[in-house]
Amino acid sequence: MSMTILIVMGVLMLSGGIAALYIKDTVSAIVAAGVVSLLASVIFLIVGAPDVAMTEAAIGSALTTVVFLFAWSRIKEAEKEKDTLESDSAEEGGE
Amino acid sequence: MIKRFIIVLALAAIAVGLYPLAWGIQDAEILTEVANEYVENGADDLGAANLVTSVVVSYRGLDTLGEITVLFAATAGVTMLFAARKPKKSGQKGSLADDSRRTGSELLQTGADFLFPILWMFGMYIFVHGHLTPGGGFQGGVVLASAVLLLLFADSDRKMGHTLLQIAEALSGAAYVAVGLLGLWFAAGFLDPRFLAAGEFGQLFSAGAIPVIYALIGIKVGAELTGIVDTMRRSAL
Repeated sequence: MSMTILIVMGVLMLSGGIAALYIKDTVSAIVAAGVVSLLASVIFLIVGAPDVAMTEAAIGSALTTVVFLFAWSRIKEAEKEKDTLESDSAEEGGE
Repeated sequence: MIKRFIIVLALAAIAVGLYPLAWGIQDAEILTEVANEYVENGADDLGAANLVTSVVVSYRGLDTLGEITVLFAATAGVTMLFAARKPKKSGQKGSLADDSRRTGSELLQTGADFLFPILWMFGMYIFVHGHLTPGGGFQGGVVLASAVLLLLFADSDRKMGHTLLQIAEALSGAAYVAVGLLGLWFAAGFLDPRFLAAGEFGQLFSAGAIPVIYALIGIKVGAELTGIVDTMRRSAL
């Protein structure tokens, strides 16, 4: 029984990883990568390592996802800043 | 074409290299010699109900000290990296930062206010009961950090007291090493928790200094991760 759950979890993890690679929307891809960690923590729990499962759930799926989201918002902001700077200089050049 | 071929070749090499590992996988029937030693004598030696904790904190205590040091170095690196670029940002792009800064919704704020005490208490519970139930300093500290993170998400104007974080982190780190030295002086060796009485097996106050060490680790990890996340948040806003 637990073997079946393990296999299902493994397949879900694989599909989560592949989804993280191929999804176009970056935020969804980050969440998909977090789901991989969450499923890994469930697997750790099933095979009898609750300590590792807690670490994986807290760090892998929560904090890492948040750090990626921060990084992504920083990148987007930098792009926005660059756009504003470029449009500013274009206007000045036009005058 | 050549690039693709090299990628396929590398994948095949990795697959062949890892094949024995996947093929030989099976449920272990017997423990290795060292693990067997821990299982047989761990409870009597240290009096911790959670054997994993006695390995992490005592038998392999030096490794844990090393991990804490690595985490400290990572925190210092992140803080330096983000502190170096801060003045440039706050100077010119004030309006843009104000635009992207928005407070959480009513739902998020109420949820955070409700959940924060529970999460905080849960984190403390995890590291105080590290010697009895699964979990310990690292896990508890991360739960504390995620509780603070929830508050930060709900209210983006909230300022973290970085001085307080630094004091908490420095004190707990120093106290961790001091407890280790106490073990060196009054027990068998560095980070030996047996200089305090073992107490009654399975009780909260038992297993010598293990709960003390795990509480210190929990505070340190919580303060460090909160510091990292808050530094990143302020830079991302």
